[in-house]
Amino acid sequence: MKNKTNQLLPLIAILILLAIWIDFPNGPGLHLNIGSLKIDRSFDTHLGLDLVGGVQALLEADLPASAVIDPGAMNSARAIVESRVNGLGVSEASVQQAGDRRILVELPGEKDAQTALETIKKTGLLEFVDLTQLATDEALALENQTIQTDFGISASSAEPLSVTPSTELVSPTAAPGTSQTLTPTLPAKPAQIFHTVMTGADLKNIQVTTSQTGEYQVAFELSGDGAKIFSDFTTQHVGKILAIVLDKRIISAPRINTPITDGRGVITGNFTMQSANDLAIQLRYGSLPVPLKVATTQTVGPTLGQDSLRKSLVAGLIGLGAVGLFMGLYYRLPGIIADLALIVYSLFTLAFFKLIPVTLTLPGIAGFVLSIGMAVDANILIFERLKEELRAGRNLRPAIDLGWSRAWPSIRDSNLSTLITCFILFWFGSIFGASIVKGFSLTLALGVIISMFTAIVVTRNFLHLVLDNIKLNERPQWFGL
Amino acid sequence: MFQIVNKRYIFFGLSLVVIIPGMIALLVWGLSLAIDFTGGSLLDVRFQSGRTPAPSQIIALYTEYGYKDSLVETSNDGQAIIRSKDMDTSTMNMLVSEIQTRFGDQLVVQRFDSVGPAIGKEVTSRAAGAVALAATGILVYITYAFRGVPHAFRFGAAAIIAMLHDVAVVVGVEAILGHFLGWEVDALFLTALLTVIGFSVHDTIVVFDRIRENSSIYRRVPFEEIVNHSIVQTLDRSINTQLTVMLTLSALALFGGLTIRHFVVTLLIGVFSGTYSSIFNASPILVVWENREWRNWFRRKPQQARA
Repeated sequence: MKNKTNQLLPLIAILILLAIWIDFPNGPGLHLNIGSLKIDRSFDTHLGLDLVGGVQALLEADLPASAVIDPGAMNSARAIVESRVNGLGVSEASVQQAGDRRILVELPGEKDAQTALETIKKTGLLEFVDLTQLATDEALALENQTIQTDFGISASSAEPLSVTPSTELVSPTAAPGTSQTLTPTLPAKPAQIFHTVMTGADLKNIQVTTSQTGEYQVAFELSGDGAKIFSDFTTQHVGKILAIVLDKRIISAPRINTPITDGRGVITGNFTMQSANDLAIQLRYGSLPVPLKVATTQTVGPTLGQDSLRKSLVAGLIGLGAVGLFMGLYYRLPGIIADLALIVYSLFTLAFFKLIPVTLTLPGIAGFVLSIGMAVDANILIFERLKEELRAGRNLRPAIDLGWSRAWPSIRDSNLSTLITCFILFWFGSIFGASIVKGFSLTLALGVIISMFTAIVVTRNFLHLVLDNIKLNERPQWFGL
Repeated sequence: MFQIVNKRYIFFGLSLVVIIPGMIALLVWGLSLAIDFTGGSLLDVRFQSGRTPAPSQIIALYTEYGYKDSLVETSNDGQAIIRSKDMDTSTMNMLVSEIQTRFGDQLVVQRFDSVGPAIGKEVTSRAAGAVALAATGILVYITYAFRGVPHAFRFGAAAIIAMLHDVAVVVGVEAILGHFLGWEVDALFLTALLTVIGFSVHDTIVVFDRIRENSSIYRRVPFEEIVNHSIVQTLDRSINTQLTVMLTLSALALFGGLTIRHFVVTLLIGVFSGTYSSIFNASPILVVWENREWRNWFRRKPQQARA
């Protein structure tokens, strides 16, 4: 008599072969080219920072906690940081948004944390700053100087501070309308705070072009709100200086020659091709819409990680062996079949790690090893049930079916509660860029899901396969009875 | 057959023997929080010569640069761990090269972590939120999964009490070990704690599930006996599952390296407590609730033995 569950055996066999294909170290990967379908993937194990060493930094919006940050602005800040990180040439670098005001940067293998962080932070906030209260030559003299601007200091979030009269730059009465506040960290030296008209967030389509006379110039376009602000401002201040400020340093101080009302403008000057390009790149990539600061950093030396990796792999194998031995000794034939299912489970899980891909961290490996222990739980539940049914005098086949169907609600409910915890852990880890917590919860959750499949489907099919070929009804000791 | 439910107050007492000292340790010594929660920096360096300067010398150097109240631990194989206020990477590099020149040695930075104070506070409050959220999610799920059983809410509540038991055991033991071994509560500890919560409920549900099944089979049998019968029926499974999980965790604790030992030991304590509480606490609590035994807790009944 053939059991219908055996029909799944070919499928299981195919899945196992697929998993082995993916798991194979330095495997060939998948490179297909069928018509329009193009698949080009190699399957690599991604190792986390704690295993290969490297630098991790959590960047945080440098704005008061009460400030609402536009998600789109944060997302483009992430994209800009990512392009800078790619410039570092670190393979497998990752830049992720963590929560609504943080960006997590991970640079596996990077040794020089300081240089890396400086590169990421080097070009920062781009602002268009109102210098119209200064005379033209005063304004031009400020080029390449560092100035204070009022961006990020809103009336609601910043404490009003007494205004120190600025004697060097402008008379105190010159700009009654502009906000003259000092940031608390400022030294006692009086300084002028200039008004930020708009930030680089509104800039788009920056290109180096040539004018009709053959001079290099930088052309730019402005998005909706920016175009309106720019139009109003330039109309009112023709002939005055509008400074382009990168990280509070004036990189260019062009004069407003004509009002720019259609959102398209050019910056002209004595540009060489090189200097025009430089300015364009600064405008393009320096336009971080949200100022960022480093909230946390982590640096792991390479030796510490390799040692941990080797040790935890050994530990995993020992754990797997111990569990396998225990199952075989205690549950006999089903135990050995469960051990086979456990090997299948390990193959599947590793394949998923490579497919998704999951970055393996030390806690992630711990999660995987822990899930081996939990993976056999479903089998233990089933086998205990099976033994009960056999003791109650049932025949083998119905006992197996009853064992599976009666154990199912326990397996389902208990694993779902573990998945709920995994989900909450993952969410918690995402907000703070705690990739170790995320790694652990992801591997544990994957383990729980895959183990339900292997323990329930794979073990059952294997057991039926054995029973089809060997008569065991007379040998209850094979079932540990 | 084992009589577990009968001796429930003995088992409750055993739990208290572990929990009460832990809670006292928590109140007296508190938990030492890692920089993940408090903010600050941790620098783990190795002196190439294998000889570390006296901690007080390093502290003095830090103080000169305005980093007061730093803490230094050294080991005899040249490793030094320096805890201080949060600092940026360039400051750290400056301090490292300063240490190199002053003590005439080469340093290898093995690990450097720095966490701003504000983010630490936020992590702490969100962590508390995560535990509360996990508890609520599980309570809701159990109440739903046991909706066909009378008093489904009791099952959820009993599972949560058993879960809080495990949290109390883990946190209490951590307070004691933290005091004597210098272990710090970090993000990984929190991860271990949340995993224990998941495991604890996982284990409890298996027993509850049996009670649910048996209640519908043996309708005339007193609840107390059904519960005891269900515990005994699932005892083999509870012990075996715990054994396999503890086997893998022990392998990690023994061979997995120092970095995750604290994490794994926390899991071991929690998993043991989780199995204990699902056998000896969670299900007996259902009996206590069914019999409303709290009415007798403070009443004097001198010669009367409990049935």
